[in-house]
Amino acid sequence: MSGDAGRWSGRKVRTRTYLDWNATTPLRPEAAAEISSALTHCGNPSSVHQWGRVARQAMERARQSVGALLDVRPERIIFVSGGTEANHLALLGTGRDRVLVSAVEHDSVLRAVPEAERIPVDRDGIVELDMLDRLLAANPRPALVSVMLANNETGVMQPVAEIARIARGHDALFHCDVAQAAGRIALDAAAIGADLVSLSAHKLGGPPGIGALVVAGGMELTPLLRGGGQESGRRAGTENLPGIAGFAGAAGAAATQIAVYDRIRELRDSLEAGIAAIAPDAVVLGAAVPRLPNTTAVAMPGVSAETQVIALDLDGVMVSAGAACSSGKVGPSHVLQAMGAGPDLVASTIRVSLGWTSSETDIAHFLEAWAALYRRCRGQAPRARAA
Amino acid sequence: MTSTGATLRPGRGSARPNAMPIYLDNQSSTRLDPRVLEAMLPYFTEQFGNPHSASHAYGRVAAEAIEQARDEVAALINADPREVIFTSGATEANNLAIKGAARFARRHPRDGQPRDHIVTLATEHKCVLESSRQLKHEGFTVTYLPVESSGLVSLDALTEALTARTLLVSVMAAHNEIGVIQPLTEIGELCCSRGVLLHTDAAQAFGKIALDVEAMHIDLMSISGHKVYGPKGIGALYIRRRPRVRLLPLIDGGGQERDLRSGTLPTPLCVGIGCAAAIAAAEMTGEAARLRHLRDRLQTGLSRRVPGLRLNGDAERRLPGSLNFCFPGIPALQLIEACPGIAISTGSACTSASVEPSYVLRALGLSDTEANTGIRIGLGRFTTPAEVDFAADALAAAASRLAAESGMVREGSNPI
Repeated sequence: MSGDAGRWSGRKVRTRTYLDWNATTPLRPEAAAEISSALTHCGNPSSVHQWGRVARQAMERARQSVGALLDVRPERIIFVSGGTEANHLALLGTGRDRVLVSAVEHDSVLRAVPEAERIPVDRDGIVELDMLDRLLAANPRPALVSVMLANNETGVMQPVAEIARIARGHDALFHCDVAQAAGRIALDAAAIGADLVSLSAHKLGGPPGIGALVVAGGMELTPLLRGGGQESGRRAGTENLPGIAGFAGAAGAAATQIAVYDRIRELRDSLEAGIAAIAPDAVVLGAAVPRLPNTTAVAMPGVSAETQVIALDLDGVMVSAGAACSSGKVGPSHVLQAMGAGPDLVASTIRVSLGWTSSETDIAHFLEAWAALYRRCRGQAPRARAA
Repeated sequence: MTSTGATLRPGRGSARPNAMPIYLDNQSSTRLDPRVLEAMLPYFTEQFGNPHSASHAYGRVAAEAIEQARDEVAALINADPREVIFTSGATEANNLAIKGAARFARRHPRDGQPRDHIVTLATEHKCVLESSRQLKHEGFTVTYLPVESSGLVSLDALTEALTARTLLVSVMAAHNEIGVIQPLTEIGELCCSRGVLLHTDAAQAFGKIALDVEAMHIDLMSISGHKVYGPKGIGALYIRRRPRVRLLPLIDGGGQERDLRSGTLPTPLCVGIGCAAAIAAAEMTGEAARLRHLRDRLQTGLSRRVPGLRLNGDAERRLPGSLNFCFPGIPALQLIEACPGIAISTGSACTSASVEPSYVLRALGLSDTEANTGIRIGLGRFTTPAEVDFAADALAAAASRLAAESGMVREGSNPI
């Protein structure tokens, strides 16, 4: 990558620091090993000959590993092309036409059912449980509730067990998008209590182009993609075997190495402490509530997020102004707006997200670049002159 | 591997103990071309950026690779890159094309004339038939046109099937089971003159025969990566811009792919299908000639030794590497079992575990019993003359032995 750096920034960048792990992660070595072996095998898992059987065996082994990540039986796993498709299959496949979604869901949930009722969140980004209860009580039609476990922009974690309990109390189904949480905190489908769970491989060190929907036993689902009857008739299309194998490799590694995130949490906390020391007026969103150990959404008041990410990129620090999907279409974050953040705060918040290889050097690099920008924008002289 | 002892009985088993069988099922999936693998690898590892992360270098490098791949796919079908969107495969592309066009037309009727009729062939791939069936549930009318005994559609029948309400015709470019190539240019002219959209499932044809969306008047074309020596998990849909073909998305969200297909694009897979398209563009002509030669060699070898062998589907208008035979009186599953050294199938992989006779062969006019004797053979880029000769020997020997056994059974004698 270093060879490309100059081409983009127009100047020499010595170090590149990747702090956009919520957009995508590098491939884990365990996933790479699985992918390389699967890529050289040409069998179609649906074929009955030996090439097909070998492919199917590999696929079923992978299904077990992915199931193990959430402690669910392999037959609960439907492989799909990614988190977005998983969310669509969950929201459109149950036959429940009354849908409630939290106001901070990913666009792939919000746009799957545009007419869904929105459950508000508080200033910290947490779903208002009594409001969920009231909304469900107000209408007896069987509903589907969709609330993510951890937010992609802020890392704020929802009280999903409580949400599951409330949903159950109203005979509502509960869907939980755990794309950002999986591999970063220990997960257990029973503890989440959801009927449907969405997973994405490339957020936990697997390849892009593969994800899964975990479905409670016995639940019927109307397929989104119809055809050859793969995945027990719930998702047609030749299975992406290298993707599935890579997903499994990453899931296994993520589960066994989950303790790495204790160190990542310390790094993230030191990053936030560093920011506070540089800029007493900086705001970390969701700081008061449980968050993923790797995510910081931070506002540099008065400086647009776009200015910040461009300046940081020029200094070799890669972060984002929010969800990667909507990059290019610059608009205010619906997540921050739902939290009641004012326009200034919304416009000046960036997302810094860490991963298992992040280091103190990365944090130092970020703080150096962020501090330099902060001082420039405050019209202050660089440190040398101030001293 | 099962019984290596089978090698002791010539004609019965594999002469390749401890090896995988010779792969002659290239319609089902193809081996990844090593050059494609090499092109993909950096995007799995060091260049892992999310292509939609416009704010930093890693994202932009990935986005640039994807746009190059889009150019390569578009170039092979004479399309503008802006007319190509990536999907998870041909099944998704077919679902999106058919349901997307139909649902858009329903939501946005033109000149007060409802357009709610879809015409397709009885021999289409399951994902086209199932998508059409879904639309029927939603109130659309679907005509499943029969084909001639050659597997080709009759243009007269197609002309007659079109009505003022017809919105879309969906015809497979080249068939996955019998390999026949439909007269797309003529079909395209007809659809164009009648103001009907033409969708073609080109999963098998893309990269194997020349396709030109302009010359053929194609409005929508589904493409698969893993049928053309590219990776699984990626496909594409060509969507005409002039005049613009409008679709409702199946998968919405982040707004990627011009709001028609949301979800993070898998950079390595896009690079893979792009590279596969570029290789096909450069080598298709020579490869087709080589495959036709191998195909003829196999067909000749078998015809000479299997009495009554019958080729299913038009003999001339077919994919270079594709063959489908009925071995008279020999159930296909028995024949396949008797040839463990080669990987072949009874038809579409999606339905290959099914014991039902192929609906495709039935549509050619074969009886259930005849259809149950159908074998599909797919030669590909990595098939060698020696493999073809081995397959011909194995199939002919097994067929002759099975015919003799069934003859003995019929005569009431003890089969060994």
